[in-house]
Amino acid sequence: MSAVNDIAIITRRQLLLLTRVPEVLIFSTIQPVMFVLLFRYVFGGSINTGQPGGYVQLLMPGIFVQTVAFTLAGTASGLAEDMKKGLIDRFRSLPISQSALVIGRTLGDSLLNIVVLAVMGTAGYVVGWRPSAGLGNVALGFLFLLLFGYALSWVGVLVGLSASDARVVQNVSFIVTFPLTFLSNAFAPTTGMPRILQYFAEWNPVSTMVAACRQLFGLKNEFGATAGSFPSEHPLTTSLFYIVVIMVIFVPLSLRKYRRSVD
Amino acid sequence: MKSVIAENLVKTYDKGRVRALDDLSLDVEEGTVLSVLGPNGAGKTTTVRILSTLMRPDSGSAQVAGIDVIKNPEKVREVIGLSGQYAAVDEILTGYDNLVMFGELYHLGKKQAVLRANELLERFSLTEAAKRPIKTYSGGMRRRLDLAASLIVKPKVLFLDEPTTGLDPRGRQEMWGVIQELVKGGVTLLLTTQYLEEADQLADEIAVIDTGKVIARGTSDALKKQVGGERLEVVVEQTHVAKTMEIVSAVSGNKATLDEGLRLISAPVSTGSAALFEVLKALDSAGIHALDVGLKRPSLDDVFLSLTGHAAEEKKVEVAEKKRGRK
Repeated sequence: MSAVNDIAIITRRQLLLLTRVPEVLIFSTIQPVMFVLLFRYVFGGSINTGQPGGYVQLLMPGIFVQTVAFTLAGTASGLAEDMKKGLIDRFRSLPISQSALVIGRTLGDSLLNIVVLAVMGTAGYVVGWRPSAGLGNVALGFLFLLLFGYALSWVGVLVGLSASDARVVQNVSFIVTFPLTFLSNAFAPTTGMPRILQYFAEWNPVSTMVAACRQLFGLKNEFGATAGSFPSEHPLTTSLFYIVVIMVIFVPLSLRKYRRSVD
Repeated sequence: MKSVIAENLVKTYDKGRVRALDDLSLDVEEGTVLSVLGPNGAGKTTTVRILSTLMRPDSGSAQVAGIDVIKNPEKVREVIGLSGQYAAVDEILTGYDNLVMFGELYHLGKKQAVLRANELLERFSLTEAAKRPIKTYSGGMRRRLDLAASLIVKPKVLFLDEPTTGLDPRGRQEMWGVIQELVKGGVTLLLTTQYLEEADQLADEIAVIDTGKVIARGTSDALKKQVGGERLEVVVEQTHVAKTMEIVSAVSGNKATLDEGLRLISAPVSTGSAALFEVLKALDSAGIHALDVGLKRPSLDDVFLSLTGHAAEEKKVEVAEKKRGRK
């Protein structure tokens, strides 16, 4: 069980980093909270949702998903930084399970997500977010969000290990996550998009995740071009499928990349 | 017994375009210090990375403490310590946090890890800085902490890749002191350096490498002998140069050479201080006052120059090596 122990130590290191540099935690929560406030008050007034409780009800699941999607960037830049400093070499020369470093990092980043989601949820509550579903479903929604973030942090591992420079990592992660989160139903209904885009936006894992969370939080989902298709009818199952697919592809790829990263 | 054996290592980068190691072989006797000396890009870092299991060679074999590096990297990792060119410690964490974390990763258990961390901090004069984040440390302190981290479980074989590169003279002196202490403790050490003086100071034996091959090895003294013995050097006023050339040539039995800019006349001698005395006497009776006079043993710089035919210079392999190192 020494592998588990190794992973636990690395995960703890991640958390220790947070206490030593509280700025990281502060800024990883300020940004999403800022988004909550901006979207709530800038667009909230002009987007007619037709749902009880107004735009903020739709917005919160969208922002939650966007925030956990950015785990990809966090994991990637953290790993790239460790590589640059030679820290990875140190870890690799230790008699520890070789995958402990990456697994520990992905877990640590997920724990950070718990804190961030809690802060955002609180901010959302303050500006009027009131999920109408029961506590169980809401909790399940958050569990889903964490799972999604965890899967994406494995994509981040691959990005972080593949990039030649930490600054490139930031850019690559941004280019991957930004269109994915905006070409979705996260902030505005897809029904207003050109029809071609609707197909993409509605099959987009971000959208199915948002739809799944809205469903769990007790909201109705609105689909355009793909209305009636499987992802629109079963966003939860579709999202779970996406999460599994991402993990199945990226966990082995990332671990392989890590083992060979310096060969 | 040999603690490190490397045989016919070959490693290429960029799909074979850059040959970092070209049939490199070396070994280190247990309890001794081998310094791998060479310019940037000669293959030093690649050698260390292969021996410390961070990289596989394209061909060739290597053993550390009797364990095959390629077949059994996990076992090798249990008996080695590695300190690289970049101080590989967590910048954000404190020195204490770093050592405890690495101790736990060596499976010492929390209690032992704490004990060992304090012990090492004390030994490397870092106790005062123990609770400060590494990013507040000087370059020398970082290197010492990095070295401490590689000593958490007493390694059988220690690899130090350019331990003083980038340090100021004071930091370098401190680091040398620390390494000399370690060596007294009887560790087997393979150390790479591009500083000839460093190899001379720290190593029992020196392997000079250039373009991925060992081109000479032996003790510092033996290498210096290989280049030639002592030289007699005299500096005089311009007006006395011609006469002094004659005297030096006569005493040494070899043709003296002149560095015109420095007005330095020199010639190889085999009789050491006797020759020095004779020259002084001859100069005195000729009424020549020598501005400077002395016997000079060849420096390792001279060794390098005479072995490779070029001064220690940087090669393009280095660039590839650095790039890989960061990937």
